[in-house]
Amino acid sequence: MSTETRTIEELATQEYKYGFVTDVEADTVPRGLNEDTIRQISARKGEPEWLLEWRLRSYRTWLTLRDPDWANVKHDPIDYQDIIYYSAPRRPKTLKSLDEMDPEIRKTFEKLGIPVEEQKALAGVAVDAVFDSVSVATTFKGKLAELGIIFCSFSDAVREHPELVRQYLGSVVPYSDNFYAALNSAVFSDGSFCYVPKGVRCPMELSTYFRINAQNTGQFERTLIVADEGARVSYLEGCTAPMRDENQLHAAVVELVALEGATIKYSTVQNWYPGDKNGKGGIFNFVTKRGHCRGANSKITWTQVETGSAITWKYPSCILQGDNSVGEFYSVAVTNNYQQADTGTKMIHLGKNTRSTIVSKGISAGHGQNTYRGMVKIGKNASNARNYSQCDSLLIGDQCGAHTFPYIEVKNTSSQMEHEASTSKIGEDQIFYCRQRGLSTEDAVNMIVSGFCKEVFRELPMEFAVEAQKLLGVSLEGSVG
Amino acid sequence: MLEIKNLRARVGNKEILKGIDLVVKTGEVHAVMGPNGSGKSTLAGVLAGRAEYEVIEGSVTYDGHDLLALEPEERAREGIFLAFQYPVEIPGVNNAYFLKAALNAVRKHRGEPELDAMEFMALIRGKMKLLDMDQALMSRPINEGFSGGEKKRNEIFQMAVLEPTLAILDETDSGLDIDALKVVANGVNALRSPERSAIVVTHYQRLLNYIVPDYVHVLSEGRIVRSGGKELALELEDKGYGWIETALERA
Repeated sequence: MSTETRTIEELATQEYKYGFVTDVEADTVPRGLNEDTIRQISARKGEPEWLLEWRLRSYRTWLTLRDPDWANVKHDPIDYQDIIYYSAPRRPKTLKSLDEMDPEIRKTFEKLGIPVEEQKALAGVAVDAVFDSVSVATTFKGKLAELGIIFCSFSDAVREHPELVRQYLGSVVPYSDNFYAALNSAVFSDGSFCYVPKGVRCPMELSTYFRINAQNTGQFERTLIVADEGARVSYLEGCTAPMRDENQLHAAVVELVALEGATIKYSTVQNWYPGDKNGKGGIFNFVTKRGHCRGANSKITWTQVETGSAITWKYPSCILQGDNSVGEFYSVAVTNNYQQADTGTKMIHLGKNTRSTIVSKGISAGHGQNTYRGMVKIGKNASNARNYSQCDSLLIGDQCGAHTFPYIEVKNTSSQMEHEASTSKIGEDQIFYCRQRGLSTEDAVNMIVSGFCKEVFRELPMEFAVEAQKLLGVSLEGSVG
Repeated sequence: MLEIKNLRARVGNKEILKGIDLVVKTGEVHAVMGPNGSGKSTLAGVLAGRAEYEVIEGSVTYDGHDLLALEPEERAREGIFLAFQYPVEIPGVNNAYFLKAALNAVRKHRGEPELDAMEFMALIRGKMKLLDMDQALMSRPINEGFSGGEKKRNEIFQMAVLEPTLAILDETDSGLDIDALKVVANGVNALRSPERSAIVVTHYQRLLNYIVPDYVHVLSEGRIVRSGGKELALELEDKGYGWIETALERA
């Protein structure tokens, strides 16, 4: 191996910075899953009967399903009876203000740089922070309420806006959708809820921060965003977890609904603990995300930067039902060491003149395996539908892999599809060229990788684009060849 | 300023440089000529710190430092610039952005303040004119989709911006038509000064009509077999490399 290769590999083995554990007292349900567990979760959250019924139906459906085995990932079977399905920091029943938040938890979020205190908040970002299973703080709630925007924890939404939750819950991702969606529907603990009323443009970025803290817990959060006619909202989620030797399951569901003329932009910076450099530990991130462009001229954009998790199984998708609706998917997925990612999107064109764009950038380093899996489906009524797909893979080192599985199904002859794909390698000659001009190897790799991801980064809100770029540099320390 | 003593280097098991001695003083321009495979590019690569070349013996001192002990980027920051024979393409990385990062790395090393985007653009405007560079090339990815001539001009343009103290041109003339050759030579000549020196590696005498060297060295099978003034290049052009080899055999 040459010097460059070795240096790049050293670069790629930088430590995970968020691997600390917070010591808080937790209220947990007993390990394992049965109808009783679900009743307990529902009772603890004081849920209405209809929601408990929905959970139980989900659970019964889940029992009939099997783990999907088609993804291009390998892991030991998961023992679903060995998981604690609910863990909440113990605290007074309701917090009157943010000052009442457990100081330990507040410290954790401060360490993560999450502005839970309003006065410290990044200008224009409202944050809902989810710690283990429970949403602990929502900032800017009052300010948003003036515009009629509801942004709160899922539990609060169930209590305060049951009619909205009931109308939209499961309407994009039904509980019978897949194994993990069914599991989530049965046991989901909390998450974020957002409703933007007719014609309102949300004046700030909404943000949720998820953190898995407790041992042996799974995090099953659920996010539901509804943009009513002509509304606009931009939403960002970020995630971290402590370093633990065993794998932890994260099976979330995100549903987006865009009514006529509405726009939803959903950005994710996912940095769950990826396991150590030998592939021990790390989060299993098995997530179902789907958006429904229900009305004409609506638009949903998914932007994701996936640098963490031991295994990622995730396909943020768009159902383009409204005429002239637009779906976009911009993704950067990094796999280093022994990380595996099977990610991509589905664009389901149902309405006329619907358009979709897919830009996927996979970066594999170390022994990482990166799979793009995408489906573009054009229904028979989707006249003049258009899709453009671009999948690029960047390989760093010679132990990693990049795989692409595009599925295309077209039932309307007036549609147009374009698919471009490329695979490239960071060459030692490229790095030498940069070094000969005075740049360090680290800066050279970062520059080349950022250049590769540019089209995706420019879709992220400004401050997060900077963050994502840094994160990428950290994730790749120690990975090239 | 640059002193090469008994330099031997190999690639894999193949010894390519078999004992080079060369002194380049400040302000001088040296041409290194020789047939294909004589070790010209290897010499350039060793000086720049290319990892695939292994130095087996000898020393290279540059401005009093042991050059061979420095990493490639440290050599670059110390003022050594290699104009590549085959400039590398880096997709997605903006040419101007790259050059600004490189310039600031060098400036930082020299203890000079880093330039912001505005200052940088002001600086490069004049240099672009000198190398007849199209403004559009600045916002394109490094060398991607550049013609052969554009790539070579881009190398000399980078050199003009970075203002190295020792420039090494590795067959910069190959693949250039006569007009491009003049542009490149102008760029190099503009940089000539009593504080800077250059090593011009070339196969042909042609370039030396425009960049007139102080010394010419002929490399053959990893050794400098003949050194002289600029007239040596003309003699070579006239008689061909065979002349040197025959002369050596006779000796």
